[in-house]
Amino acid sequence: MTSTEIAAVRPARTPRRSGPRSTLTRSSGLGLGIAMIWFSALVLIPLAAVVVTAIDGGWDVFWTTITNGQTAAAIKLTVFTAAGVTAVNVVMGPLIAWVLVRDRFWGKSVLEVLIDIPFALPTIVAGLVLLSLYGTDSPIGIDIANQRPAVFLAFLFVTLPFVVRMVQPVLEELEHDVEEAAASLGASRFTTFRRIILPSLTPAITAGAALSFARGVSEYGSLVLLSGNLPFKTEVTSVRILSSIENDNVAGAAAVATVLLAISLAVIVVLDLIQRRVAARG
Amino acid sequence: MQIRSRAALAAALVGALALSACAPGGASSSEEDDSNTIHIVGFAVPEAANKNIATEFTKTPEGEGVKFQTSYGPSGDQSRAVAAGLKADYVHFSVPTDVTRLVDEGLVADDWDAGDNKGVVSRSVVVFGVRDGNPKNIKTWADLVKPGVEIVTPNPASSGAARWNALAAYGQVISDGGTEKEATEYVNKFFKNVVSLPSSGRDATTAFLGGTGDVLMAYENEAILAAQNDEGFEYVLPETSLLIENAGAILEDASEPSQAWLDFVLSDEGQKQFALTGFRPIRDDVDYGGTVEGAADPSNPFPEVGTLLTVDEDFGGWDEVSTKFFDEENGLIFEAILGAGLSLE
Repeated sequence: MTSTEIAAVRPARTPRRSGPRSTLTRSSGLGLGIAMIWFSALVLIPLAAVVVTAIDGGWDVFWTTITNGQTAAAIKLTVFTAAGVTAVNVVMGPLIAWVLVRDRFWGKSVLEVLIDIPFALPTIVAGLVLLSLYGTDSPIGIDIANQRPAVFLAFLFVTLPFVVRMVQPVLEELEHDVEEAAASLGASRFTTFRRIILPSLTPAITAGAALSFARGVSEYGSLVLLSGNLPFKTEVTSVRILSSIENDNVAGAAAVATVLLAISLAVIVVLDLIQRRVAARG
Repeated sequence: MQIRSRAALAAALVGALALSACAPGGASSSEEDDSNTIHIVGFAVPEAANKNIATEFTKTPEGEGVKFQTSYGPSGDQSRAVAAGLKADYVHFSVPTDVTRLVDEGLVADDWDAGDNKGVVSRSVVVFGVRDGNPKNIKTWADLVKPGVEIVTPNPASSGAARWNALAAYGQVISDGGTEKEATEYVNKFFKNVVSLPSSGRDATTAFLGGTGDVLMAYENEAILAAQNDEGFEYVLPETSLLIENAGAILEDASEPSQAWLDFVLSDEGQKQFALTGFRPIRDDVDYGGTVEGAADPSNPFPEVGTLLTVDEDFGGWDEVSTKFFDEENGLIFEAILGAGLSLE
């Protein structure tokens, strides 16, 4: 992202007659080739295989799987919870990033490291921790085991770092004198934030939001102990997929996965559109 | 710039070379080694027993110099992995359907369950795990469906092993002279009291030890093994229970010592090792020394069950069970889970 911007800003070099320019093209072509092979092997081909498996089962299987009440309820719960968690992250993420970048306080470097813990922790360990803290034997008296808030909490836990880590570098790059100029021209702090800071942060926030939504939709390990997997209540889609696989219904599992893919893709596209609109206004 | 692009080219080449080095193909073990190795693929629980049996087996003339490669995990996942090409000579699964999957794939012989043991290599029974001192005084199946009793059971939809519990809940009503309708009603009530349906037996135990629920639907061998590993909970053996029969078989193209291994597993010596880790021996006359650590009463570890149901005699076998109880669309147990969920809405 930033590197391409820098490349665009850099004045174009005058082309020379001899090799260097073509060498550059060759090497960048090679780079593109490697990137595409890498991307295909890891992402495109597996995803295509999932969709093909779903289609292979036939339209009937696909439709009955998706419209099955329990599956529909699980999809609904997963998507709505992920959306809610993303909304929370959009507010809290920039706030945490702001504190980390603009403020100096004791223990800041420790906090810096702690933000990434949800990234690094195996999710099942996270599940154990959440169960001991917010389960029936909660030392702080908060018992949300086997209820919907458990799903929300688990999603919050694993998606925390995304927006923070996206916004932080952008915030660090922001020029202070722009804000000072706005202030000297009589803009209130809020106006400065709304008209100057927010538009520059928007791309990072939306990218983080898209990541956190997609991560939430696919979460399994951290909530599996705390949520209780109760149908129509706390059962998420990944558990439904697991059940289909256990019953040798691979087509059904792929069908649910395909729906999740489509939803995640749609959300990413919508967020991108929002980001362009906000950025254009800024 | 030129230098940089060359460096990039070099780096790319190195990367490509490194990738090709990672590619599979260089299987380092020689043929000779492989013919004397037994690949065990199984569900997680018998790992400890199998390790001890393997130690004993290598002391026998047939087992001399035999090496073992083992892989343990959730029963269904392991079975699917073998169907998908995981190398196995001997498989040991929680439910027979995980073996019949391999029969359908042509990996295991049709007559795998034709022997005296009917394909069963280890046994156990369904028990109730309870909190220390049994504060809710849970002793019978009727106690489970009382208001206010919270049950934790692994989810029969995502865990093959959990199906034993659900069947036991249904079957005990019938064996007490109830009708099918009454049994269905009982199962519906049972699932209304379920507060947590973790995906696997392991997760269910973890959730229970983490404070969820009053009763854990468990198996005697797992309760004993948990006690041996100091994470125990008390367990109650109900008057009527279901006999759990874990299936084992060797594959069609198993390595040479595999048949001898299977025979040894079924022998008194092999069954003794199972008993010491909490399984009930497949024959009543196996001498395991009389005490099993971790059992509710170590000197009488496997008390006689009042009425012991079996899948074959009381439910008409696994094929029948799979369609009647666990069909995704209208299986009796899944409908009960669904009904309980709907009533929560």
